[in-house]
Amino acid sequence: MSKGNLTRRGVLKTGAVAGAGLALPTYLSAQESGFTNAPTGSTVTLGFNVPQSGPYADEGADELRAYELAVEHLNGEGDGGMLNTFSSKALQGSGILGKKVEYVTGDTQTKSDAARASAKSMIEKDGAVMITGGSSSGVAVAVQALCQEAGVIFMAGLTHSNDTTGKDKRANGFRHFFNSYMSGAALAPVLAANYGTDRKAYHLTADYNWGYTTEEAVKSSTEAMGWETVGTVLTPLTQTDFSSYITPVLQSDADVLVLNHYGGNMVNSLTNAVQFGLRDRVVNGKNFEIVVPLYSRLMAKGAGANVKGIFGSTNWHWSLQDEGSKQFVQSFGTKYGFPPSQAAHTCYVQALLYADAVERAGSFQPCAVVEALEGFEFDGMGNGPTLYRAEDHQCFKDVLVVKGKENPTSEFDLLEIVEVTPVDQVTYAPDHPQFAGGALGSCNNGA
Amino acid sequence: MFGLDKKDASLLLIVAVLVAFAPFFLNPFPEGSGWAQFNAGYPDLMQRFVIFGIFAIGFNILFGLTGYLSFGHAAFLGVGSYAAVWMFKLLSMNVIPAIALAVITAGAFALIIGYVSLRRSGIYFSILTLAFAQMSFALAYSVLTPITGGETGLQLALDDPRIFGGAATEGNIPVPGFFGLEMRDSAQLVLGNWVFTFNVGYYFAAIIMLLSFYLSIRIFRSPFGMMLRAVKSNQQRLNYTGLNPRPYTLAAFVISGMYAGLAGGLMASMDPLAGAERMFWTASGEVVLMTILGGVGTLIGPVLGAGMIKYMENIISKINSDILHSWFAFLPDGLEDLVVTLIYPFIGKGWHLTLGIVFMLVVIFLPGGLVQGGQKLAGLFGRKKAQEPKNATTEPAE
Repeated sequence: MSKGNLTRRGVLKTGAVAGAGLALPTYLSAQESGFTNAPTGSTVTLGFNVPQSGPYADEGADELRAYELAVEHLNGEGDGGMLNTFSSKALQGSGILGKKVEYVTGDTQTKSDAARASAKSMIEKDGAVMITGGSSSGVAVAVQALCQEAGVIFMAGLTHSNDTTGKDKRANGFRHFFNSYMSGAALAPVLAANYGTDRKAYHLTADYNWGYTTEEAVKSSTEAMGWETVGTVLTPLTQTDFSSYITPVLQSDADVLVLNHYGGNMVNSLTNAVQFGLRDRVVNGKNFEIVVPLYSRLMAKGAGANVKGIFGSTNWHWSLQDEGSKQFVQSFGTKYGFPPSQAAHTCYVQALLYADAVERAGSFQPCAVVEALEGFEFDGMGNGPTLYRAEDHQCFKDVLVVKGKENPTSEFDLLEIVEVTPVDQVTYAPDHPQFAGGALGSCNNGA
Repeated sequence: MFGLDKKDASLLLIVAVLVAFAPFFLNPFPEGSGWAQFNAGYPDLMQRFVIFGIFAIGFNILFGLTGYLSFGHAAFLGVGSYAAVWMFKLLSMNVIPAIALAVITAGAFALIIGYVSLRRSGIYFSILTLAFAQMSFALAYSVLTPITGGETGLQLALDDPRIFGGAATEGNIPVPGFFGLEMRDSAQLVLGNWVFTFNVGYYFAAIIMLLSFYLSIRIFRSPFGMMLRAVKSNQQRLNYTGLNPRPYTLAAFVISGMYAGLAGGLMASMDPLAGAERMFWTASGEVVLMTILGGVGTLIGPVLGAGMIKYMENIISKINSDILHSWFAFLPDGLEDLVVTLIYPFIGKGWHLTLGIVFMLVVIFLPGGLVQGGQKLAGLFGRKKAQEPKNATTEPAE
């Protein structure tokens, strides 16, 4: 392959182009519209960046289904879903600002690097004006920072860590999903009511960012109720057998085990805990109990009969009986044949909220969209009246406390709602210590 | 030229020309056509091509020359990235100190790991490096969270000190640059339906890649490179002749670690974030695949392999079933669905499967990698018979 074409012309050409590449004026970023990827034709492209492989591939697949449904509804196909119940009536089913919605998909692989690469290619190659999706806080935080730099809007998918709208918050990023603090605040009163206020808790926590914030949130909320924390142990994220972590629990005088685990971790740790007979134990004259702060239907499915009677919190559940939820479950069920998960719900809602904000702002310009979303109050999306708080771009809404159903009627009917914790009880100040540090900065149009 | 013989010099020139005109080569299809899906000429992917090219060139200095198969090379890439991001946080947004520290830190780290691991060879060496890399990953992921940012990765923040200026502008974090030239800036050339993007970051990384490539040629042709080949062909004999191979292998290991650090620093310069996944064992495995796919022990092979894998990861993985349906829409309905069902497992999330098949085909039919494929083609169509290159040896180590 090495044929001598070492000519003076070749050398000159190489030098000239390399020089030109460096010296050319920079006008890609300075488009006439003044912001990155302004839609010019009759269509607008959204980027759906979800895990299609890796540990959260199931959630990712459900998210993608929800996005496809949202695009259908935005373009006026199908039955309209939550557009019928959404309190804002700006969306008419004629696309966004009259432009037909198209989308590109990418695989985050639940790795920050891969997620950023995929988001970058959507922005640089496909001209996406908004990126949404994801099923892990690490990915959400990484992609959110990228979108801030690039000057597009990021609508977070499933991300529960406090940091997404805490120390790593960004002006161009928005989160509809609830967070660790809200889980703790919603769970604690229910736990106190059911298990009493003089309990001794032992935490097993997944050894990464989300685990830390969840442990902290649950610990501080339950301690405020009078509980005592007798031990907290970090478990590696890749752990599949938790036996060696359960044995010390048996030797301690704890009477509650809190599993700050998600996904496969939780399925394994809960199964181990039940196998060790923790649920039949009596300590200090009380029945031993297990708590799982963040529940999802897919996890409940994985853990099977072991979840019966175990408390946890969730963002949304398909058995809710408000109009919005019923509409969404119906459209989703008609299209796919089974009810949506909470990941699907939050992603669907995020897509509609973005479209609505653009419609109300009258422009795709990120700063205008940010302005339209900040402080936006809405209803009819399945969680009751909701506020997108301007200070940290976090949604404030009711939180569901659920427990594993004793007599499930189908493979989807695994959780029952114990209590809908009102929004006031889970609201916190923007400068709450669990969210301290970091700054929103100002919105970026990508110049 | 530059102390190279004619053949190497022309190879370097070919690479330089390819790299300089990559925005044209990689965007062969006009915008808006169905084939535009296969265009790879956007800044992020082009940057990845050259950065992973550097990574693979460095890996090849160790694996291709000494035959020592390191399964933990991604650790150095990760360390380099973390070092670079810390420089952005503490010093300034200029990429030079960031890249310099990335190379130095990775080199020091490689010295420690290499000193321990190189006491063994063969499979034991591979396992040792794998263990060290996994250990680094686990540390970065959890224990060292204050330094590495843990799961969320190390990012820039508005309130970072940045003592040499580069303060936040209008509430936004400044972007990495080379004395005022921002890495993300691009210029576009529109010719009819074709859009070609020239990105500052790409050309910056490309120039560094050419320098690394040049350095690697010099190492391959030097007496030091000859010693490394001697280690590969028969270490025992080398011992009996009274030579101690360890300083040579350690030097090769450190050089190759510094290459990885350079790649890591460049990655952070293009996109200022360092995540622990960069050190995961699959990332280490990837560079082994790149090198083998392209051709172990050849000069250009690793770069080709890196380009191939990154292309598949970023292009094939983005084709979804809707796009397939639009391609085959001209077929009758039943047939369309059948064709889509047959192809679907190989695209989107199935890109690993496609990569696996390509890898198997290459290993079975072209043991010398893509380079051997190129030589066979040249032999078929070229006027003169393709020569056996001096360095395309494919015998296993030891």
